[in-house]
Amino acid sequence: MKEKELVPIFIMGKRYEVPSSLTIQKALEYAGYQLVRGCGCRGGICGACGTVYRFPGSYKIEVGLACQTMVQPNMYLTQIPFFPATKTVYEIEKIKPTIETLVKAYPELLRCLQCNTCTKSCPMDIEVMDYMAAAMRGDVTRLAELSFDCVMCGLCTSRCPAEICQYNIAILGRRLYAKYIAPKAEHLAAMVKVVETGKYEPMLKDLMNTDEETLKKLYTAREIEPEQADEYWTPKDKTYL
Amino acid sequence: MKMPYTRELKELIKKVEATRPTRVEKKKKGEEFRLLSLKERQERLEKYHPDFKAGSKREIRIGPSKGYAISPEIVDLLEARSRLNPDLIDLSKIAYETDVLVIGGGGAGTAAALMAQEQGVRVTIATKLRHGDANTMMAEGGIQAASKGEKDSPYFHYLDVLGGGHFKNVPELAYTLVTEAPKVHAWLENLGCMFTKFPDGRLKALHGGGTCRKRMHYAADITGAEIMRTLRDEARNRVQDIKVLEFSPAVELILNEHGHCAGAVLYNLETEEYFVVKAKAVVMATGGSGRLHIQEFMTTNHYGATGDGLVMGYRAGVKVCFLHTVQYHPTGVAFPEQAEGILITEKFRGAGANVLNIEGEQFVNEREPRDVESSCFIRECVEVDKGIPTPAGKMGIWLDSPMIDMLMGEGAVRREFPGKYILLKRFGIDISKEPMLVYPTLHYQNGGLEYNNRCETSIPGLFSSGEVSGGVHGENRLMGNSLLDVCVFGRIGGVSAALYVKEKAKDGRLTLDHVRKYHKELEESGIVTDRVAPMLLPDYSNPKVRERQLTAHYIGTIR
Repeated sequence: MKEKELVPIFIMGKRYEVPSSLTIQKALEYAGYQLVRGCGCRGGICGACGTVYRFPGSYKIEVGLACQTMVQPNMYLTQIPFFPATKTVYEIEKIKPTIETLVKAYPELLRCLQCNTCTKSCPMDIEVMDYMAAAMRGDVTRLAELSFDCVMCGLCTSRCPAEICQYNIAILGRRLYAKYIAPKAEHLAAMVKVVETGKYEPMLKDLMNTDEETLKKLYTAREIEPEQADEYWTPKDKTYL
Repeated sequence: MKMPYTRELKELIKKVEATRPTRVEKKKKGEEFRLLSLKERQERLEKYHPDFKAGSKREIRIGPSKGYAISPEIVDLLEARSRLNPDLIDLSKIAYETDVLVIGGGGAGTAAALMAQEQGVRVTIATKLRHGDANTMMAEGGIQAASKGEKDSPYFHYLDVLGGGHFKNVPELAYTLVTEAPKVHAWLENLGCMFTKFPDGRLKALHGGGTCRKRMHYAADITGAEIMRTLRDEARNRVQDIKVLEFSPAVELILNEHGHCAGAVLYNLETEEYFVVKAKAVVMATGGSGRLHIQEFMTTNHYGATGDGLVMGYRAGVKVCFLHTVQYHPTGVAFPEQAEGILITEKFRGAGANVLNIEGEQFVNEREPRDVESSCFIRECVEVDKGIPTPAGKMGIWLDSPMIDMLMGEGAVRREFPGKYILLKRFGIDISKEPMLVYPTLHYQNGGLEYNNRCETSIPGLFSSGEVSGGVHGENRLMGNSLLDVCVFGRIGGVSAALYVKEKAKDGRLTLDHVRKYHKELEESGIVTDRVAPMLLPDYSNPKVRERQLTAHYIGTIR
């Protein structure tokens, strides 16, 4: 492997030279930090490592997840591992998927200026302002769909001039959508009932008391649903259904 | 800085593209690469799986499972001293008192907390990092349940679970896993978890490796994150009864004079204080241990996956089981290097993507159980020598994701795998047009603390839920059964602990005598070591910097 090229970066204003092939997270560790805050899954999904940075001579504030963003020469960075947020307590069983629910839980929602700073602050490239607009219209479905990839890192909240906590409004929207608007899985409810009747008990008890050789035979003989089969495929042998 | 495929790799991709049309045609006709027989599976495992490598195991010399041979990296933790000198902590100074203490704020811990709270008891969750920082958050592909009665049942799910686990699973645990599965799905749906559905509400489902029916349900390719953030939000709605102590890992269980579990000593990672939580019951839900980097494998696991619960439970007297097998996920990122080890969900293979060698040829069916699939990848690279060399000098296998667009229609990759699409796009790789380069990566702790299907351990008052426990998956877990495991046994652990609090818990003098006894046993076995455990955090800081930290003092990996 070729010699590592070092580049200067500024961690909270302090200069370090780090290999150019590293992510911001690994560069922090290379510089000598032992991370406690600001490090989670290291795979871009948990939202622990929201980071903001700038380049000299540029007015622009850039954002990224430290575990997913490569270092670039001369970046000035800081992590924002925590930012105070509003979280309204609600009873999911007692609310309805309406604009009233959203506004009652988060009245500040209506302070949104539609300035788009949130969208520009999102390391997941989510159209945050658009889902906020959907929230203000009471379009819970659209709110849920647009915000689905949210990792709840809080960068939008840290920069919102209207002091809104977008991501908690988003999760309320997704839960409302999934519980009240998305059609229910009827087959699932039916299966829960059948399991409760004890229908599968005898066949399962048989399997639990079967020796390994017989189990292996039963396993090998399983009829495998073809990968390309459509949703309504059924097996030939219906004995154990 | 983008790291797209190098010119050499782009040349090699042409071979994949050359065989792709024929492979897609075959797939459409239902012609699959032959599945291995059980005998062939065993041969591949014994020859190529890392578990069978010389030096991959060492006997534990002390404790309740003395003589059991498992990964040396785990044995090192078990044959280590406590972070605490028991004589220094005053157990009469109680910082928090609760009914149920849940150790671990991942999927299992949070499910346990919710169910315990519903039984009317007070709950405290102690978690090492933030609430929700856990492997649950990172699980991508899906969660299994036999939910469609016209083609599937818990019977078939059970057979699949056992086949995947080499028929060694604890039957009662597997039984509970498959029979509770539909109920757990309904619970999640009712909590407002956004499963991917057909317009009529039917849950979309795919195959996973080793399944005979398509029963892997999902929420796009971030199923675990969707479940975790929903459960966490619900726990936050019950803040009156569920307290969360973040950045406060448990370092030792506390027993009482009756030998019952009665709390834990926690460590504030920021202020460096140790403090006592007294509880009437404890649920251990600390998850797995990928960050031990067994056999120096890269890992898909969370930063905090350091096997803490194994250490604490074992020291208190709970046996460990099924730790002789470790799960390597076949498809971790092999390129670009910056994303090394990151999980590429099995759902890609469930959706039809072939796995290919340097010639663009198939060498194994893409849906063998994980251990078998990984063994075949290693064989292809090490023995057959048809792996794809990476610029970092390692080996990889192609995962032909663009096939999915050809099979399911243009845009399917973007729609079904938004997480991975964005991740690799950032590096300059469009996975709807270019295949992914993958290699097996340390993924799952198949075994753990011994428990039963009520989540009881051998210590009254101590319950175990999720990846920290062993037995339900036998020697190898199938895809989509870990999210199921954390929900099923998390819920049961919570209920069992709450019932224990109400019916059986007995107050008594708190003690850390088991730690003193363990230390004595270490000495008597001639184990002279300065190792301490639990590890809490892996050590990724720069060793050259450490050399210059002349006044720093480390206890284990922690300064």
